[in-house]
Amino acid sequence: MDEDDLLGRDRGISQDQRAELGLGALVFVVVGLLLAMFAFVLHEAWASFAHNGLGWFGPGGSVDQQIQAIANSGQLKEAAIYTFHAWPLIWSTILTTAGAMVIAFVASLFIAVFIVEFAPQGLRRILEPVVRLLASVPSVIYGLAGVLVIVPFIGNHLITQSEKASVTPIIQLSGASLLAAVLILTVMIAPIMIAVFVDGLRAVPRGWLEGSLALGINQWRTFWKVGVRTARPALVAGTVLATARALGEAIMLSMVSGGVPFAPNPIDGLIFFFEPSQPLAATIIRNTEALNSPAMKATLYAIAAVLLFSTAMLSFIGWAAKQPMRRYGMVT
Amino acid sequence: MTTAPAAAVRPRPATTGSVYRLTDRIGLGLAWLLGLLFCAIAAAIVIYFLIEGIRYLRPSLLVTNPAAATSEGQTGGFLDPMLGTLIIGFMAMAIALPVGVAMAVWLSEFGRPIALARVTESVVEMLAGEPSVVLALFGLVLFGAPALGFLSQTTHGVVLGQSFFATAGMLSIVGLPMVVANVREGLQAIPAHVREASYALGKTKIATTRRVLLPAARPSVATGAMLGLGRVISDTAIVLLLMGGTLTFQSANSVPVLGLLRGTGDTLTGYIYYNAPTGDGNQPSKAYAAAFVLMLMVLAVNVAVDYVVSRSRKAIRWS
Amino acid sequence: MELRKPPAVRRLSGNEGSVPTTGDTASYTPRSNASAPGSNGNGHRPGAPFLGPARRAAPSTVAIDRMQVEDLSVSYGEKPAVKSVSLPIRQGEVLALIGPSGCGKTTLLRSLNRLTELTRGASFSGRVTLDGADIATMEATALRRRVTMVFQQPNPFPMSVFDNVAYVLREQASRRPKRSAVRGAVRDALARAGLLDEVADGLDHPALRLSGGQQQRLCIARALAAEPEVLLLDEPCSALDPVSTRLIEDLIIKLREDVAVVIVTHNLQQAYRIADYVAFMYLGELVEYGSAHRMFGTPREHRTREYIGGAFG
Repeated sequence: MDEDDLLGRDRGISQDQRAELGLGALVFVVVGLLLAMFAFVLHEAWASFAHNGLGWFGPGGSVDQQIQAIANSGQLKEAAIYTFHAWPLIWSTILTTAGAMVIAFVASLFIAVFIVEFAPQGLRRILEPVVRLLASVPSVIYGLAGVLVIVPFIGNHLITQSEKASVTPIIQLSGASLLAAVLILTVMIAPIMIAVFVDGLRAVPRGWLEGSLALGINQWRTFWKVGVRTARPALVAGTVLATARALGEAIMLSMVSGGVPFAPNPIDGLIFFFEPSQPLAATIIRNTEALNSPAMKATLYAIAAVLLFSTAMLSFIGWAAKQPMRRYGMVT
Repeated sequence: MTTAPAAAVRPRPATTGSVYRLTDRIGLGLAWLLGLLFCAIAAAIVIYFLIEGIRYLRPSLLVTNPAAATSEGQTGGFLDPMLGTLIIGFMAMAIALPVGVAMAVWLSEFGRPIALARVTESVVEMLAGEPSVVLALFGLVLFGAPALGFLSQTTHGVVLGQSFFATAGMLSIVGLPMVVANVREGLQAIPAHVREASYALGKTKIATTRRVLLPAARPSVATGAMLGLGRVISDTAIVLLLMGGTLTFQSANSVPVLGLLRGTGDTLTGYIYYNAPTGDGNQPSKAYAAAFVLMLMVLAVNVAVDYVVSRSRKAIRWS
Repeated sequence: MELRKPPAVRRLSGNEGSVPTTGDTASYTPRSNASAPGSNGNGHRPGAPFLGPARRAAPSTVAIDRMQVEDLSVSYGEKPAVKSVSLPIRQGEVLALIGPSGCGKTTLLRSLNRLTELTRGASFSGRVTLDGADIATMEATALRRRVTMVFQQPNPFPMSVFDNVAYVLREQASRRPKRSAVRGAVRDALARAGLLDEVADGLDHPALRLSGGQQQRLCIARALAAEPEVLLLDEPCSALDPVSTRLIEDLIIKLREDVAVVIVTHNLQQAYRIADYVAFMYLGELVEYGSAHRMFGTPREHRTREYIGGAFG
């Protein structure tokens, strides 16, 4: 007898109950594991935060030396050294992420408007799959291109010898720099933004656009005032998504940002753009060999916790921004 | 009937100037400029990798294994890393797909208690944006625990924690949000009357889901699976930390499949990282070739997604 | 600075274009043509139109030539949508375009403000002039400020009521005017659309919260804020309830003194109520054009008689 058939009425109802319990339990377990993971990260990170307090986020000393000390402090809990001031790393993260986000946002907005409204039909048909393809290129490949093309270009053609000489005692200007990091990060996150923006602009009801045109408003103004304004939630969502990606980018940035935990100084003028640095995520990648040392573990977990918290906050903002979009009926 | 004088009509405002303001022209110009600039950059990227890839890719690379050597002619190809990518992709999605579909079904069709549903949505949303470095770090400690030592090798009582199992385990978390989001969307797109028709015939909810809804949502399942796969094979951080980074597969023991999966190896992404100028291997030519092959895989996944989406749009028509 | 040719003014003599205001048309006689002009008094004449309540429109006192459609043909790709249509459009008159679905009336309307250009594959021949100037030679956006349109589905922007109307004024000016500068014009437009009383204390509320009829009147206010010479209406009441429909019909009749009104409608009763001139289209051709009095009373063409009599729809 077909077990789905409701003639076995009791069996039918309990079958649904069993399914609900089973699926619900699975969901509960998975979500529980994931939440436990978040909690674990925070727990492991606590030691580093506890020892440094708010100074964890502040400046103070050379990060390189601090990491050395932490790594060398060995296995003994008593002798563990936790001193860590992550400001250069945080500053580097802020600079690269904010720089890439701002440039990518402006560019992506205009490019998305171009793709949806002004591009010729043939160009549009090529551009859309290309945007999606670029959005799925692995970050290590962007890093490869950056290291082999952008970094040498900056190092050989944009930085003058005198500039290099002027900072030799402190750092090396090699082209692996803030500029390289921001440029490649921008190119990496722009397709993500463009894809979301295009979806949002497409979802604007044509009636509004046509209505505005029929009132004698020119095409650009119509699209800007009515289209872009209506697609504002999509703009926020795309920006948040891209920023989260930029924040968590470890691989590409570890290849092109310089690998030196130095805080670039805007006062240095033009050299500021060429200074090397090391964002938070890249720091984790570079220091995983010494994970045996409990202090090192705590420190790296502390960095991971900061990243986790930031991206969680961004996800929340993105989710909150999608709600008005749902109200208008434009769900991504 | 009186005749009205011609002037009894509403006065009209005089039109002033052109219908385009200066800012309009600037905006339009910027849109075109940036649009074309984007085309140029995109073309440059594509062409660049095409050229470099073709220049350095030789068929022999696809069938030989990497070997540690000092001169480039002797360092071999990337057969094992390529296989590693495929194995890891398959394993990770083999975990993520059923779990993701189950979660999506629960969220879409059941979803009680509501608190759990909300928490689940938030967690999946958070996971989608989470940096994989964090997952990698966590995985290192998780799989290094003695309890999970069976998933990797243990030498002298110290659990290595790096293996195919470990990598696939954490990568499945990377692929999970894509599956859940897409399948859920696909299920929710099915109109209510389809479900009602099935219940009216006496089918249970779970039977309806299995027999009616999931088959109808097949394109979404396929899309989610492939998008998740794309994410999985593109990841580097988790691979770097959890695969052990050996040039070739190093089985844990002589058991045929399980030994391999408990052992260490590498994937294309790890191989590229290793052979970039910033890595220890520093053989850009090999890195280019591997990057080319990886891009072809990603391209294949994208094309497959486009195909599935376009076919589903033609096929399914809800009345 | 654009120069406009002074419009040609035609003064109306007594009986042209108006319905005779004999006493018996003032009473409601359902389904009987006792009061129908041209009927023989003993009931329904075959092919005669349904004549319901008295026509509301008193004749207007203005007739100014605004647009002239000369031998216009529009095709979408291979398919001709409008074939060789010629008619005049005058301020002081409501011109109703009637005809069954697909007859080309909407296409004709949309070609008056060149919205047909937005559709790919559209081609035209013939000429449309506005105050003597060929509209094809004008900038499309400039044309659309003088010939505005209200659509079938009310489409107020997702902004406040005030901003919806002010949008036109702000975006058409070369510099964005201050709120105080446009407030008078906004209130004026809303008053002309008969909406000011209803929204006066809620000008900053979202326009999307208004009822369907109010939204449509808001769209009319928006179209009027541009101070157009011609107002095009594409089945404006088809999505509305009878009360809103009546309000808008009254509005249209009031407006015709200031703007030329062209309305597309598939509702014959509505055309009967508000039109001064009627153009009947069928399969892209202009079958007949004439005053409403004649078209509904003694149409010349066989097809017109059949359509108005309800033989097809």
